[in-house]
Amino acid sequence: MKPQLLQVRDLCVTFPSRLGRPPVHAVMDVSFDMLPGETLGLVGESGSGKTTTGRAILQLQPSSAGTVSLLGHSITALGGGALRAMRRHMQLVQQNPYSSLHPRMTVARILAEPLTVHRSVPRTQIPERVAELMNLVGMDPAEVSRYPHEFSGGQRQRIVIARALAVNPNLVICDEPVSALDVRTQAQIVDLLHSLQAKLGLSYLFIAHDLAVVRAVAHRVAVMYGGRIVELGAAAQIYRNPAHPYTRALLDAVPQPDPARQRAKLAEAAPETNFSVPSSATCAFGTDHAATGTAQWHEVAPDHFVSCHFWPHGSGCQR
Amino acid sequence: MTAPPLLQVRDLTATFTRGSSATRVVQGISFDIAPGEAVGFVGESGCGKSVTARAIMRLAPEGTPLTVGGSIRYRGQELTDLPEPAMRDIRGRRIAMVFQDPMSSLNPVMTIGAQIDDMLRRHGGLSRQAARRRTIELLGLVGIRDPALRADDHPHQFSGGMRQRVLIAIAVSCQPDLLIADEPTTALDVTVQAQILRLLLRLRRELGMALMLITHDFGVIAGMVERVHVMREGNIVETGATDTIFTAPTHPYTSALLAAVPRLSERGTA
Ligand SMILES: Nc1ncnc2c1ncn2[C@@H]1O[C@H](COP(=O)(O)OP(=O)(O)OP(=O)(O)O)[C@@H](O)[C@H]1O
Ligand SMILES: Nc1ncnc2c1ncn2[C@@H]1O[C@H](COP(=O)(O)OP(=O)(O)OP(=O)(O)O)[C@@H](O)[C@H]1O
Ligand SMILES: [Mg+2]
Ligand SMILES: [Mg+2]
Repeated sequence: MKPQLLQVRDLCVTFPSRLGRPPVHAVMDVSFDMLPGETLGLVGESGSGKTTTGRAILQLQPSSAGTVSLLGHSITALGGGALRAMRRHMQLVQQNPYSSLHPRMTVARILAEPLTVHRSVPRTQIPERVAELMNLVGMDPAEVSRYPHEFSGGQRQRIVIARALAVNPNLVICDEPVSALDVRTQAQIVDLLHSLQAKLGLSYLFIAHDLAVVRAVAHRVAVMYGGRIVELGAAAQIYRNPAHPYTRALLDAVPQPDPARQRAKLAEAAPETNFSVPSSATCAFGTDHAATGTAQWHEVAPDHFVSCHFWPHGSGCQR
Repeated sequence: MTAPPLLQVRDLTATFTRGSSATRVVQGISFDIAPGEAVGFVGESGCGKSVTARAIMRLAPEGTPLTVGGSIRYRGQELTDLPEPAMRDIRGRRIAMVFQDPMSSLNPVMTIGAQIDDMLRRHGGLSRQAARRRTIELLGLVGIRDPALRADDHPHQFSGGMRQRVLIAIAVSCQPDLLIADEPTTALDVTVQAQILRLLLRLRRELGMALMLITHDFGVIAGMVERVHVMREGNIVETGATDTIFTAPTHPYTSALLAAVPRLSERGTA
């Protein structure tokens, strides 16, 4: 059996109440494992806690309960130098290639910074490593003296990826890495992520809204809804045989590049959602999870799990 | 058939100057938008879609000297040389825009609710209480749960997709004649996205709002607009009815873009 790269157990993140208002339970009891060289796609409703989960794994966001272990070491209780040492193994690639690069730093400085912070190569070897990183992401090392705004969105995202790879991480958490890019550039970045994984054995936690892109990169998929993972399994399984009603709604809502079908779909009566009542504990199917407790996990198939009160009978209720 | 256009753009150019060098990024494009019409703009990153939209709104990206040439008429009125106070009246109330980068267009130190209230009171002339009631309603319409509570949050307390929805709520708050939406759903999951798209379609139906929709998502474009302009390097290289663009594009560039659309291969419907 391969050793675990990442083990997340019962992770919770709660944003405390302010002004007498209820706290926000952004992440509740999230558990999953990741193997070296594996890509786990994390999809789910906007506001369901994906970014917060990623930040809590990176220890950029304190968790209120649960543990995160990286390479066999628990990192949830670490601080200071010990945490900094572990951080080298995990890096973040964020959505917006426009705002995640410092506008007044040249690409050379942007890429040298993590190398200096983590003292990963001797000072004299920094230029060489920077050039190597540029080559790695398919860019011309001669361009390192230019500034971010002189590059296209796709090129900037390559630079962001190069910066994340500077310190040889094992795990890269990609938060919507391609959603700001046009389709051709998306395809190039997806190819780049694949080739880097093959070359360096990287693992990706790939947070994205585009289910077609997730299908192209992920080995396994986790679906989040209302702060919890509600379905987890092999990508092929989830796409072929989605078990949770929310997963099914998600797959059905993917817009098709077919005008007649897409118009007809949008003209269908929308499922009624009433957002004006406090609803954080109510699932889309009307069950109040605060009153009834969390749904059981069921094994739908080998390596395919769902947490839903309605399984297996809920399978018909969406259509 | 010839209703006068709501927006008439002729030979629009946009040029950035840095020091002594000038880069022209929009190369003289022309198009019309009829009242109530929905028009899509697609094209690769950097082809000039956002700059075109900003030129119409006369809102250049911060700190950049952008020179705009040509003519932009709104209901026959020339906007390029309109004095700024008159332009401010048009912006928001007549022509509203959803910007591509939600964080930079929200005020980080003001609550979400206050930012929408502000818009409603300034342009819609609503009282404080009426504005707040409408704000909560708008937040609910864009799918924010517990809107009455969450209206008191600051932007950093919202997720990426929630911020994007706030921008949409602000843009439609004053029931504009024309909504310019620059990648309005990129940060949304597809179920919330469908909810937003239906909201935009309803506003078109009920208020006769026209829509200029910029997106790289061909699935979104497909169901939303009657006409599509394909842009490349600052030019419009192809214009056509939506169905024609998808089924029989004439420009090889359009075909290449369509071929790159990632597909979710068909699932059997149970
Ligand atoms: N700093 C914060 N303070 C209070 N609440 C927060 C904070 N950050 C996030 N939240 C809340 O936590 C919940 C989860 O947010 P998160 O950003 O993780 O969602 P997400 O799944 O990444 O959504 P999106 O797809 O829209 O980016 C949301 O309700 C959000 O408003
Ligand atoms: N502030 C600026 N200073 C200089 N050049 C700029 C600036 N903003 C944009 N540009 C340039 O103008 C051109 C058009 O940019 P624009 O933002 O309109 O592209 P876009 O079609 O909206 O692309 P995307 O799909 O990535 O949003 C690009 O070449 C870009 O580099
Ligand atoms: Mg997020
Ligand atoms: Mg743009």
